Amino acid sequence: MDTGLDRSRAALIRLPLRYGLLLVPAVFLALFYFYPLVSILAVGLTPGGQPDLTGFAEIVTSAYYRHTLGFTLAQAALSTALTLLLALPGAYVFARYDFPAKSLLMALATLPFVLPTVVVAAAFSALVGPRGLVNEGLMFLLGLESPPVQLERTLAIILIVHVFYNYAVALRIIGSYWANQNPRMEEAARVLGAAGWRLWWEIRLPILRPALLAAGTLVFIFTFTSFGVVLILGGPRFATLEVEIYRQTANLLNLPMAAALSLVQIGLMLVMMAVYTRMQRRAAADVVSAASAARPPRSRRARMLVFGNLLFMAVMLFAPLLALMARSFTAGGEGFTTRYYELLFANVRGSVLFVPPMRAVGNSLVFALATTALAVALGLITVYLLSQRGSRWANWLDPLFMMPLATSAVTLGFGYIIALDKPPLNLRASPVLIPLAHTLVAMPFVVRSVLPAKRSITPHLPEAARVLGASPWQVWRFVDLPLISRGLIVGAVFAFTVSMGEFGASLFIARPNTPTMPVVIFRLLGQPGAANYGQALAMSVLLMVVCAVGFILIERLRTVGMGEF
Amino acid sequence: MKTRWLVVLLLFGLAAFPAFAQDNTLTLVTHDSFNVSESVLAAFEAETGIRVEILRGGDAGTMLNQSILSKSNPLGDVLFGVDNTFLGRALDEDLFVPYESPLLESVPEALRLDAEFRVTPIDYGDVCLNYDIAYFEKNDLPLPASLQDLTRLEYKGLLVVQNPATSSPGLAFLLATVGAFGTEGDYTYLDFWADLVANDVLVTEGWEDAYFGQFTAGGGGGTRPLVVSYASSPPFTIVEETGQPTTGSITADDTCFRQIEFAGILRGTDNLEAAQMWIDFMLGPAFQEDLPMQMYVFPANQNAALPDEFAQFAAIPENPAVVPFEDINAGREEWIRAWTEVVLR
Repeated sequence: MDTGLDRSRAALIRLPLRYGLLLVPAVFLALFYFYPLVSILAVGLTPGGQPDLTGFAEIVTSAYYRHTLGFTLAQAALSTALTLLLALPGAYVFARYDFPAKSLLMALATLPFVLPTVVVAAAFSALVGPRGLVNEGLMFLLGLESPPVQLERTLAIILIVHVFYNYAVALRIIGSYWANQNPRMEEAARVLGAAGWRLWWEIRLPILRPALLAAGTLVFIFTFTSFGVVLILGGPRFATLEVEIYRQTANLLNLPMAAALSLVQIGLMLVMMAVYTRMQRRAAADVVSAASAARPPRSRRARMLVFGNLLFMAVMLFAPLLALMARSFTAGGEGFTTRYYELLFANVRGSVLFVPPMRAVGNSLVFALATTALAVALGLITVYLLSQRGSRWANWLDPLFMMPLATSAVTLGFGYIIALDKPPLNLRASPVLIPLAHTLVAMPFVVRSVLPAKRSITPHLPEAARVLGASPWQVWRFVDLPLISRGLIVGAVFAFTVSMGEFGASLFIARPNTPTMPVVIFRLLGQPGAANYGQALAMSVLLMVVCAVGFILIERLRTVGMGEF
Repeated sequence: MKTRWLVVLLLFGLAAFPAFAQDNTLTLVTHDSFNVSESVLAAFEAETGIRVEILRGGDAGTMLNQSILSKSNPLGDVLFGVDNTFLGRALDEDLFVPYESPLLESVPEALRLDAEFRVTPIDYGDVCLNYDIAYFEKNDLPLPASLQDLTRLEYKGLLVVQNPATSSPGLAFLLATVGAFGTEGDYTYLDFWADLVANDVLVTEGWEDAYFGQFTAGGGGGTRPLVVSYASSPPFTIVEETGQPTTGSITADDTCFRQIEFAGILRGTDNLEAAQMWIDFMLGPAFQEDLPMQMYVFPANQNAALPDEFAQFAAIPENPAVVPFEDINAGREEWIRAWTEVVLR
């Protein structure tokens, strides 16, 4: 009879429930993101209880901190330039030529991007470190007594690893932009006599400018916040802001300085993220869909170019990973052995680890599953919050929920140990602290994977279902869920992989009785002796396999490019 | 449908951790270099019924900071490995509850730095330069007779030291240079370090990496025949056939620094009685006589007998460089900071 009244009454009842539910991610963000951030602010600005800006003054006046900041920027700039330079020929090859297994190769090239920094550090140490394959081979061939390739603790190794990491990012952004450009301009230029350097300098690079800027900014951001690579491979001589925050905390216990550095870091990151958002929008806006200009390489020169580039990619991207696998069975130089994998199960009282290393695998899995569950639940609610039509909230909530992505994990970890170790929120000894931190890092990935799918659902579908008498639950279950499930699974796998490999925050907050895989690898890598080294490599291989499987799942399920990243 | 919910339930179920077992287990928080013979430890466990878990938290400094950062949720019951270079910080942070062990009377007065018994001295050792005997013989090179000698051309690229910010012998060696050259005047410790950098000194994060990784006689294929280690390290390099060590320590005046290591009961322990028994055990003859061959140091208990190799090849410098305990506490951070600027940048 008076169904209209009933419905509005039902809506009235549902309203608090609905907003209550939507409040959950907001409360989570407030407690586990903004509260630690505010604590950092408090420690940084009022170290002794009084307002005191000497920490900041010191960053500017002291040559030491100026140098750290300078090095952070300089190595990021160098890494970015080097990455772009090396990725440019690759992007050209991928944009212009068709060759067998092209998309598979592109996918494989992206694999390093999901690998945890500790694994990559271990892989490069297995390849070119003092105990690496290259050195062992050269020592054997040339009859040398000491390793000839000395790359550890040099700027060179940091740059090489940064290129390894970010090559695919640049390749993807520049390559796909290039492939979508109309080739007419270049053809016209050729007809008019432009060739060689001139063609590159005056035609191709200006055309690619938006893509180069977007890729460059992104690579700069990634290398600016480099932590594990510099900490493990750089040795004591090199420190980025991230590494310095860690050292000031763990080694020097200078919390006000760590807080001041964290604030500088957060500030710079926000600026860079803003720049990137602009760049990305421009790079996306300029894409005109043109018929693909890619064709098989016909001339000898073209074939050489394609082959040369693929060879370069294979060597740079896969040699370290293969070396890691090979070395995990031969670390001690006494031939093939599975000893290091067996040692992972042993709990030696003389070991630097409190638990058998294999326990860390279990810990990591449990933390990653918990992270996935939390991130998916919170991410899903957030997606509904953000996709409400005509909501004036969505516009400023969106960047708010993305902020954890722009905050470095090290800063987050540091915030956790200074904020969450006393009442009302004393979680320092609780194992939930790690999944909480990982969820913050992983949630944006879930949101970014699901949001496009949710937004693409036309409002008619749920409306039609409702008219046909479906309850809200049924609408969600049978209309929304099937449509967003792909994105949801991608997001979940992302969350899982991110959690498995997370290092920066975990290093701060993992307690010795519940270490994670990356933390154990880091501890083992820092110890002398073939047994520790072999175990570090063996565990790195395990972690690499987990991440690779996650990566394959993502690649297979993902429908559009890199989603919204 | 149902199975799907089961999966979700399982996910959350897994996330709930089983509580950590706490029944008569004593957790010892210590640094990576801690070692004890399994038999000695087993005897303690059998006698007292207390299970001992050893939690190594990195280098001495890192381990101490970790304990300070989680002092409201202590990592264990007893902390061992805070030395006189960091003692001030530990005491300022009020990390320990006092305990006066009856065995303290066998410990020389000079080692008992805290009058309130918050920490108990367990061992001491002199941080000195160690050298690879074979290398110096083969190259017909005289040993450096002072720290200043290390800046001479013939020792270029031979020395490996530890980062004082992350390593306790590294800090001790920095203090030796502070003691030897002073912080004021024409040629301060920083001038000396600048000269060492010019002479290609190598810096590692920790002692293990320096000794086992970079030192030529450390067995790790290293390339540096001079390393900062302990005056008591050489007995560990004795070759069975010859009965002679492959390394020696340099104990010339003003080249060494004396480190005293302490143990303390962490405030907040729920196992006070076991913790006190452990402190007594650490000062008792079994542990004290096991110490030298396990951790390269001298026992604090003067009644403990020294092993033969130790008595024969471990040196005790007559005049180590001296920096008073209070000065260390006041100057430590500034010296490390200045050192980092001169050496690592």
